[in-house]
Amino acid sequence: MFHRAKSSVFILFFQQLGDLSLLSFKSFRNIFRRPWEKKIFLQQLEEVGVRSLPVVTLTAAFGGLVYGLQTYVAFHRYVGPGSEAYGGAVISLGLAKELIPILVGLMVAGRVGSSMAAEIGTMKITEQVDALFTLGADPIRYLVVPRMLACFIMLPCLTLLGDFIGMLGGYFYNVVAMGVNRTIYVKNTLLYLELWDILSGVIKAAFFGLIIALIGCWQGLTAKGGAEGVGRATTRAAVLSSISILIVNFFLSKLLPASLG
Amino acid sequence: MIRIIDLHKSFGTNRVLQGVNLDIERGETMVVIGRSGSGKSVLIKHLIGLIKPDRGEIFVDGVEITQLDEHEIHKVTKKFGMLFQGSALFDSLTVAQNVSFGLERYTDYSSKEIEAKVKESLEKVGLMGVENVMPYELSGGMKKRVGLARAIAYKPEIILYDEPSTGIDPIRADGINDLINITKKELKVTSVVITHDMVSSYKVADRIAMLFGGKIIEIGTPDEIKATSNPVVQQFIHGRAEGPIEHCY
Repeated sequence: MFHRAKSSVFILFFQQLGDLSLLSFKSFRNIFRRPWEKKIFLQQLEEVGVRSLPVVTLTAAFGGLVYGLQTYVAFHRYVGPGSEAYGGAVISLGLAKELIPILVGLMVAGRVGSSMAAEIGTMKITEQVDALFTLGADPIRYLVVPRMLACFIMLPCLTLLGDFIGMLGGYFYNVVAMGVNRTIYVKNTLLYLELWDILSGVIKAAFFGLIIALIGCWQGLTAKGGAEGVGRATTRAAVLSSISILIVNFFLSKLLPASLG
Repeated sequence: MIRIIDLHKSFGTNRVLQGVNLDIERGETMVVIGRSGSGKSVLIKHLIGLIKPDRGEIFVDGVEITQLDEHEIHKVTKKFGMLFQGSALFDSLTVAQNVSFGLERYTDYSSKEIEAKVKESLEKVGLMGVENVMPYELSGGMKKRVGLARAIAYKPEIILYDEPSTGIDPIRADGINDLINITKKELKVTSVVITHDMVSSYKVADRIAMLFGGKIIEIGTPDEIKATSNPVVQQFIHGRAEGPIEHCY
């Protein structure tokens, strides 16, 4: 009995993985096919990018502040009083390579990924997706591709903004609030922070964007069972994309070189 | 015009269609009747390529459509207009944008021509001045009318109606029946109507086919259907709880 249940979970897992892979393949293939849904794409750029600005700004600011705080404490305790100004490089590196891409990814997954699943799921159960098909629009080209491209473009942009705000937060806590030496703090940051550190975070964010859009759209397109089904799809989209972001982040950190030098 | 040969479709262990055979002639209104859950909507969705069959063939103007890929199928779907059960209007678009949706994809009209066609289609279904209204502001009957306007806007040759009278009051339902007849007369379209409403069936049908047990068990004109000796059809058209069709509460 237990063995049978285990094997059916296994089958279901691979079946769903297959569905997601197929959707990803079709979506990538449809990027290059006309007609391009420019209007939807622009709307999605606004939805994913512009409307995420407040939440990303707030998250990055407090992420930077708390990371600055902990780095200050660590330097003060383990290296010694007066060494806190050397934490600038550590803060900037940690924020750009790990914390900000992940925070931005998780915030957008919660805000945008779940909303994609809810919107497309509602369209699915009210036959609007079928109506798209009968009216000559490929649902993948119309619904998935613009969302995927918008997330692919906007997540890196949001991450760059998050990097800036986060570093400002770290600077504010250390230099303005705790009074560490500003010249050493800034000089050290500029000396040790490489362009690649920022770029690697941006590359990660682009991957996270694809994950959020594909999982959100996949959950929406496979929603069934009325309002309850849409609710389930929405929750799953947020949970699955958040978990996937954390897992993929580890492997990307491992795969991407630590430095280009 | 449409020929369905030995169509089979299952969902898991549920065998919905078990060898449907049906010929629909050009210009006629074919009404497919059957109980809720008998597979009527599944059948109609096969005609437009929304569902692929497990087995069987569907010919539309001599072209076998079940094997067409995603790209080729749209050459066939252009011939079809479909009115969905719940209208399926796009929530985020206005009435005019809904009606122009197919026109923008299936035709080469300029935006001015599209605007005129949208107005014309809405007038045909008795709606005026609602171009900028959002679907949520419309009543059920009006949504059906907009759905029909959207389906006829690009002048399809075949119109599929999925439960056109469901969810609206009998007077509005009769209005929709009139529209189906007017559309047929004016646009000379072939119509396939899926319903379990016998009043509607008798009013719009040239022929009626009954789907039961995954097969077409009876086909004929409304008078032939009324006079049939088939007990299953008799039980269904008279809406009797007692008879060969098992009922459940």
